[in-house]
Amino acid sequence: MKAARPPLPGWLATLRQRLFATPVDVAVSFLCVYVVWRISLPLVDWLLVEANWRGTSREDCTSAGACWVFIRARFAQFMYGQYPVPERWRVDLLGALAVCAAAALSWRRLPRRREAAIAALVILPPLGIWLLSGGLGLGIVETREWGGLTLTLFLAIYAGLIAIPLGILLALGRRSRLPMIRFASIVFIEFWRGVPIITVIFLASLLLPLIMPTGFNVDRLARAVIGLAFVIAAYMAEAVRGGLQALPDGQVEAAQALGLGYWRITRLIVLPQALRIALPAMTNEFIALFKNTTLVLIVSIFDLLGIAQAALADPAWVGMNMEAYVFAGAIYWFACFGLSQWSRLQEKRLQAAYGR
Amino acid sequence: MPVIRFWRDRKVRDVLWQALATVGLVVVVVFFVRNASDNMVKAGIASGFQFLWRDSGIEVPFNITGYKPSDTILALLWTGIVNTILVSAAAVVVATVIGFTVGLMRLSHNWLLSTLAAVYIEFVRNIPLLFFVLFWYFGVLSALPTPKESYDFLGVAFLNRRGLWIPLPNEVTGFQFALLAIVALIVAQIGLARWAKARQARTGQDFPTWMVGFVLCGLLPIAALAVAGAATSWDVPTLRGFNYRGGFVLVPEFVALFMALSTYTAGFIAEVVRGGIQSVRQGQIDAARALGLTPGRVVRLVVIPQAMPVIIPPITSQYLNLIKNSSLGAAIAYPEIVAVFMGSALVATGQAIEIIAITLGIYLTIGLAVSAFMNWYNARHRLVTR
Repeated sequence: MKAARPPLPGWLATLRQRLFATPVDVAVSFLCVYVVWRISLPLVDWLLVEANWRGTSREDCTSAGACWVFIRARFAQFMYGQYPVPERWRVDLLGALAVCAAAALSWRRLPRRREAAIAALVILPPLGIWLLSGGLGLGIVETREWGGLTLTLFLAIYAGLIAIPLGILLALGRRSRLPMIRFASIVFIEFWRGVPIITVIFLASLLLPLIMPTGFNVDRLARAVIGLAFVIAAYMAEAVRGGLQALPDGQVEAAQALGLGYWRITRLIVLPQALRIALPAMTNEFIALFKNTTLVLIVSIFDLLGIAQAALADPAWVGMNMEAYVFAGAIYWFACFGLSQWSRLQEKRLQAAYGR
Repeated sequence: MPVIRFWRDRKVRDVLWQALATVGLVVVVVFFVRNASDNMVKAGIASGFQFLWRDSGIEVPFNITGYKPSDTILALLWTGIVNTILVSAAAVVVATVIGFTVGLMRLSHNWLLSTLAAVYIEFVRNIPLLFFVLFWYFGVLSALPTPKESYDFLGVAFLNRRGLWIPLPNEVTGFQFALLAIVALIVAQIGLARWAKARQARTGQDFPTWMVGFVLCGLLPIAALAVAGAATSWDVPTLRGFNYRGGFVLVPEFVALFMALSTYTAGFIAEVVRGGIQSVRQGQIDAARALGLTPGRVVRLVVIPQAMPVIIPPITSQYLNLIKNSSLGAAIAYPEIVAVFMGSALVATGQAIEIIAITLGIYLTIGLAVSAFMNWYNARHRLVTR
């Protein structure tokens, strides 16, 4: 009998098992290393090593890598679009307020957290619209001047604020006992889920002015928000429905036995549990919404991607396509990746709480 | 107290609520429709579907339907539909291939391979599709060389900033024969598989159906196509002056949309494949091994049959998403339904309501057809397994 080989130290054994278990594995591993090498080396070179960081104009980009000077020069545009420079403090103030509110509310031991959350939800959205668009003492800024990351966040958050409650109502409607309400909800959900979002944005921008009474003007940006919100509400409804279906029937039956009515059961028993279960799925829908805000480009609203696209037409910065795309893409990627990691964390917490 | 009882009665309340909802909906719809007809009369917009038979006068740079600007708007719509189907079909095939490959790589026990797959998946899933469409179109394809300095693929296909030139067969007779042969081979394979299964049930004798199938449905069709290709004369694109002539050109819009759709959707398909395979319980695999099945057979006879029913429904909805997402071609003026019909034809005729209704109707029909297929598949599968 052959003597057993002496055991390898821990990390070496792991390495061997996960990279070099069989000859095929060895070949695959080396191929992977080669591929990574071939891709990442020129990439790092272009992004960092050979890149130009300092300067103010195109002439300052002398080395072969990326011209980040371009991003520096147009950074404010990427953030605010054509928002008038003297009024940009309003965007900053709103952002600061929103971040503070979110930070305070995510602190679990905040006194009167529930009331504070409701207050924030009631106060902040109208305050935001007032700050951004002006009126009542502030100078008016037309929505056509909004743009960049500001606009992307505005679209995602305000469409989400409409879509989440609407989606919850639709999900409840779809499970309603009443055939008429169930039917209407199903038609609404399946219709918006069945058509491309780009056509919905087209539709909203063309039809909303048409179906409103004469003289009643729907703002161009509002049309896009409404269009996006309807589609996302339909997808949200399906996410919430998953949560509703996961709830055992006994919960509702027990509440009925206690003599509670439909709305009280829904508000006190069903939704708190169902929404917690549906939270990861709803977060994923929100990520989808965030990505789909880019589609407003089709009706000439310049969100972050639109500003990147428009920047390519600047004669002073010809050929900066890659820089513009990499910068905008990186922002989208970090935002969506962060959200999806948060969603995964929620899922894990949920599994821990329910022991599944 | 009868009054209180009356409106506390569940049935009465149900009817009342539904009546209220119906009336509310009807009022809203009537309000919108009346406004719309008022506004249309004021703006002098015609209504009805007669415009479909008018001459379109719209140029479509990329079509395989033989459409000319002197054709009707209906023909224009048909060209858009064909272009949508063309790019979707091509992207579905490639997205499936990449998606399965990456999904399986993600499951590899080789840490490097599975990490590479994870990086790919996380990269494409967390960036908007429109970004990729614009990136391919303005970032990659517009940076390609001019026709004079095209990338040359074996002297028959050429890639430059005006598109991808591929050769076109001058006549199709050879390919018709090849197609007939392939159909015959597939029929033969189906017959053979049935016979082998029946024999195995009767006598227990095994037959290498898969190996034979690989030859019959994989190698021989390729050979048939190769023979047909060799026997046919080809119209190979050649450089004349500043541009290529002959052959068939896939415009950059097509290439960009195709690349974006296939690589983006592949990331989602990869996750579906991974989930499907992981849903097969380890016990099933262990049991199959304990029965002495070879690793290949474990995968073929135990893992795949149980994973596919989990994979197919979500993959179908990914295909549906891909078809809907092909509408992003409008952003780079690829002449698909939204671009030619909701864009050009709408501007030319001004008949927004009719055009929107037709466009949405087309997508809804495609969606209904796909979900009908999904229901049929699910029903059929349930019958087979239980």
